[in-house]
Amino acid sequence: MLRRTLPLLITFAVGFVLVISKFIPKVETLGEDFSIYFDIIAVFAFILGGGNLVKIHGNKIYRRSEGWGYSLVCIIGFFATLTIGLFKFGNPLGWTGNVVAEGSAFKGIYDFIFKPLGATMFALLAFYVASASYRAFRAKNAEATVLLIAAFVILLGRTFIGKMVSFWVPIDQAGPDIPSFAEWIMNVPNLAGQRAIMIGIALGIVSTSLKLILGIERSYLGADTE
Amino acid sequence: MADTPETTKKTGWYQKVRDIDRRIIFLFIALAVIIPLLLQPSFPEFPAQLVKDTFAEMDKLPEGSKILMAFDYDPASEPELQPMATVWTRHAFENKLKIYIVALWPLGQNMAEDTLNELLKEYPDRKYGVDYVNLGFKSGGQGVINVILTDFAKMYPTDVYNKPLSQIPIMKDVKSIKDMDLIINISAGFPGLKEWVQFGADPAGVRIIGGSTAVQAPLLYPYIPNQLHGLLGGLKAAAEYEELADRKLCGMKCGQDAECIDSCIKEYAKRDKGKVRMGAQAIAHMVIMAFIIIGNITFFIDRRRERKG
Repeated sequence: MLRRTLPLLITFAVGFVLVISKFIPKVETLGEDFSIYFDIIAVFAFILGGGNLVKIHGNKIYRRSEGWGYSLVCIIGFFATLTIGLFKFGNPLGWTGNVVAEGSAFKGIYDFIFKPLGATMFALLAFYVASASYRAFRAKNAEATVLLIAAFVILLGRTFIGKMVSFWVPIDQAGPDIPSFAEWIMNVPNLAGQRAIMIGIALGIVSTSLKLILGIERSYLGADTE
Repeated sequence: MADTPETTKKTGWYQKVRDIDRRIIFLFIALAVIIPLLLQPSFPEFPAQLVKDTFAEMDKLPEGSKILMAFDYDPASEPELQPMATVWTRHAFENKLKIYIVALWPLGQNMAEDTLNELLKEYPDRKYGVDYVNLGFKSGGQGVINVILTDFAKMYPTDVYNKPLSQIPIMKDVKSIKDMDLIINISAGFPGLKEWVQFGADPAGVRIIGGSTAVQAPLLYPYIPNQLHGLLGGLKAAAEYEELADRKLCGMKCGQDAECIDSCIKEYAKRDKGKVRMGAQAIAHMVIMAFIIIGNITFFIDRRRERKG
């Protein structure tokens, strides 16, 4: 009984406190305190996440599963970064220095490995967007044609070329040119659609939150074995 | 009609274009990005009204005003967002505003430090603790904003160098974000600009401007202009803001001399990352549009052939 009832009680209590902290100024600080408690719990989540990573990849290496080499790289990278950061190797100020001090090995890992790799992963998207655009952007019907025209206007309007091809408006003057049309698309149809979506999402959040607080929605407790 | 060598050749050629290997598309995109980045052509920028409003929001602040800058992005979105972070920090240093740096993304703290290291070479007289302070990253997303809405010290007892806030001169008259004159957020996702508007600026009654990736920008338009007082959506907006900032700096340097202003702007354009990268974005957009047009031409030819039987 405790396995299901206690979490439900905690959810109700915390949810209730957070809601009333927004409406009653005297208990406003309760909401802030809970935010700090969340930070403390998040630290344990980091440890749990790290442990889970080591367990999954360690298992793959032990069983020599397909792609175990990548798991080995992952584990080595994880422990190497953790050790270098914890013991502050190469830090000009030793153990008392900032972990990301200039000249430290940890900063070197960030500047020369993590930063370029992070940018590269995101940059790959550009290639796949181009390939997908070629294959998927077809004027098959009226709606697809409208979408295609809007996409062209935005693509042109987001560069100086939009201004240059708008020959009906002098280049150094404001007027009904392609960049203005792109701005109109963002300010009118896009804004209307976004507002409608936001209101729908907000109503959904209120409804789901009430169900969670009142214990009607219990999917977060896991499978019902009782 | 029997196939002739000419029709076979035409069909073969058409087939190759219609079923083009995606590696060819990748190659074109790679060239469209690499060549402009190497040649660094400069293109004129014509700032949009939203960018002008964002610039005015920052420029109207008197000397000594307090601005909270939240760096909520990481190296993956650095190419698009770093130009905004750099130009805003430069604008703040130039106008002698006081900068309070926070981050809701773990690597936002590093991005802030990189930005400061770069700008302090241009403004070496700006002192830490007097002109700017880096409070660093805290996990918790909007929970952090909730806390600093009423009390900075509760969430940030020290700065990134473990110095208590009470010992930092710039924090002397600052208790919470309600004491700020402007909030600037550079955001790549969640938590980001939306959360700063909803949980920070609007409840605190503080004006906010922000920069986001072009993909995220459409989601933020509903907040303009009453809750979000300025927005730079993507690299183009960053380049336009750099143009406005350069015009102002060059105007101060050259007075009414138009030739001096022009050459000054061209000189500054070399250091403006947004303007440098716009060449690559423009050419890449053209390549994508060309492929979309080719794809649609092949689509309509196929459809006509199907209808003919």
